[in-house]
Amino acid sequence: MTARHKKTVVRRTAGGRTKATLCLALLAVATACTSYTEIPIETPIQPKLDVSAFQRIFIAGFIAGANEDVDANMETVRLLRSQLRNKGIMRVIDADTLPLLEIAKQNSGDANTPPVPDQQAVTPAQDQDKPTVINDEKDLERYQHIFANVAYWKKIGEEYQQPLIVTGAVLITPSQASGFVQREQETYDPFGRRVVISVRTYMERKGFILRPTFIFIDGRTGETLHSETFREQILYNANQQTPALSSYFELMDRLLPAFLNTLSAQKIKGTRTLLK
Amino acid sequence: MQFRSLAFALSLALVSAPAAWAGQRGQAKEQVEFGIQVAQRGLWKEAIYRWERAAQIDPTYAAAFNNLAVAYEHEGQLAKARAAYEKALALEPNNALVRQNYDLFKEINDRAAQKDGR
Repeated sequence: MTARHKKTVVRRTAGGRTKATLCLALLAVATACTSYTEIPIETPIQPKLDVSAFQRIFIAGFIAGANEDVDANMETVRLLRSQLRNKGIMRVIDADTLPLLEIAKQNSGDANTPPVPDQQAVTPAQDQDKPTVINDEKDLERYQHIFANVAYWKKIGEEYQQPLIVTGAVLITPSQASGFVQREQETYDPFGRRVVISVRTYMERKGFILRPTFIFIDGRTGETLHSETFREQILYNANQQTPALSSYFELMDRLLPAFLNTLSAQKIKGTRTLLK
Repeated sequence: MQFRSLAFALSLALVSAPAAWAGQRGQAKEQVEFGIQVAQRGLWKEAIYRWERAAQIDPTYAAAFNNLAVAYEHEGQLAKARAAYEKALALEPNNALVRQNYDLFKEINDRAAQKDGR
């Protein structure tokens, strides 16, 4: 009985050793197979537009809806000009921002119509005391003919020595959304240790949606070269009071690399894994 | 007698095939490791040359294609990078590291493609 028992024990031990050896061998193979090293890389992305024909750029102005807190036309012009200056992308023309909405209102919408003689000559109409409400693309449609007015843009181009002209529309609208959000919650376990767990909670949220369209116009011909539309949204807890202006800058900050990449090559930094 | 010679030749071939394969993999591995060293010093063109050699020596070596893809990505040769990642994944479909690299690459490539209106 004892001998038989001993035999079994010996056999088990031998089997266990074999298994352990096999596991170690597999682990060694796996380690050898997954031998790797991380390396930083910078991927160059070529610009969309060939702007070699232009030495100067004129951020002309944007059609923007009335918003009590954000003058999206002025802010966008200021922001884009400063970004272009900082990056040294072409010579930025420092001129008055065009009141594009007013110009579009006065212009008939016919692309062959002679341009408005001078943007300074735009006289405010009687109903212009009331701010124009532009909440969505539908409201915007009424004024978009200005971008196709080749004669108008050619005239602007002549005025500023035929630069690359940047114009478009910028909509910033409030948004609301409610639903479940995941957030980290700090608790302590029975042993007094700090534990962070993810919890899903229902939350009322509000924020803003930014929808800018950037139109690049050839100042020599008045023709549109390229157009890009973006959409970014930001939401906060409904109790949080975040000014529209700071949300505007936060959202524009996300879009700026894409805008700049239209004019100049950009390098996207990242990390990749090299295998042995 | 003829049968014996044939059997001998066959067994010799069977024995020497894995050895030859191991030899190829060893040579390719040397190229890959040297490529990593030079890439870490920023010499990406040399790294590309080494990994291309490794892929030629052993066309079943997924690591060579993965590394080559990374180098092409760094050089902005996105079409070549995609092809090399796809080859690496075809060779090792379950390799999580290659998959992760490829997913990161696709994010950038899709952005570039969107820009080009492709």
